[in-house]
Amino acid sequence: MSSRDKTGKRGGWWFLLAVIIGYGVLFLFEPGWVKGAIGHFLHLLATLAPILAVVMALLWLINLLVDPKRIRKNLGHDSGLRGWVIAIVGGILSHGPVYAWYPLLIDLQRHGTRPALLATFLFARSIKLPWLPMLAYYFGAGYMLLFTLLLTLFSPLVGWLTERTCCR
Amino acid sequence: MNSSARRTLSAFMGILPILVGVLLLASMVVQLIPGLMRSGLFGHSLWEDTLVAALVGSIATAQPIVSYVFGGELLKAGVDLLAVTALIVTWVTVGIVPLPAEATALGRRFALWRNLWAFVAALLISALTVGCLHVLKG
Repeated sequence: MSSRDKTGKRGGWWFLLAVIIGYGVLFLFEPGWVKGAIGHFLHLLATLAPILAVVMALLWLINLLVDPKRIRKNLGHDSGLRGWVIAIVGGILSHGPVYAWYPLLIDLQRHGTRPALLATFLFARSIKLPWLPMLAYYFGAGYMLLFTLLLTLFSPLVGWLTERTCCR
Repeated sequence: MNSSARRTLSAFMGILPILVGVLLLASMVVQLIPGLMRSGLFGHSLWEDTLVAALVGSIATAQPIVSYVFGGELLKAGVDLLAVTALIVTWVTVGIVPLPAEATALGRRFALWRNLWAFVAALLISALTVGCLHVLKG
């Protein structure tokens, strides 16, 4: 394990410790409010568990089947149009909270995936196919179609801009 | 296969404390939002409401369906469609609460710039959606 990996893992535990301390301090002043937040946290955790199992399985499959050289070719700096399409479609089809996908994204990043494609994937995740009928119900079919089309078109733009500014 | 499973487990264990921390933070923010809404947050100029809605959406971390329901209720209460759209778009594209986790996972510069561009894109998408709807409806 590299020193960067070790630092990253320790950083995660420090982050969790800071949040727990925050909860502890708030509990002294607003115990009822903190109990409500803990109730919501437990509900989120229960909702998340099956999605995490799917993410674990996908991660394992990727580690087992995917050749890093192939990843670099498909999602690397010379991936071309295919890379963008894979990032957009992958983002649209992905489910669950974004933090459940971080292990997969870290893995892709380590295998040489372009930052633009990671950012495109993250933006395209805003399109939730199962919820589109609900969006149409509240705001109309025309609104839903325009909204989805614009999110799709802006995904590669946000990806490109992110890469241009963060990784010069 | 064993090596692949080990790498997967190691990646997962690395992200676990971040995941739990973000869920705890998200739970706090969800508790805050109803109070913020009742305190007269909306009802100002169109662009003020849009900016406030975009900021609230950037902080919120619940499922997108919650933003549709929430946005639908705001619309019924008289908040403009532009502000409601900004809330819905930023809700799903910008993540202030998961920002520390994203920065730890993918790099600080990446996370900051990605969220900044997503915020700008969200405002443009909101304006374009509402503008196109007005044109289409004549």
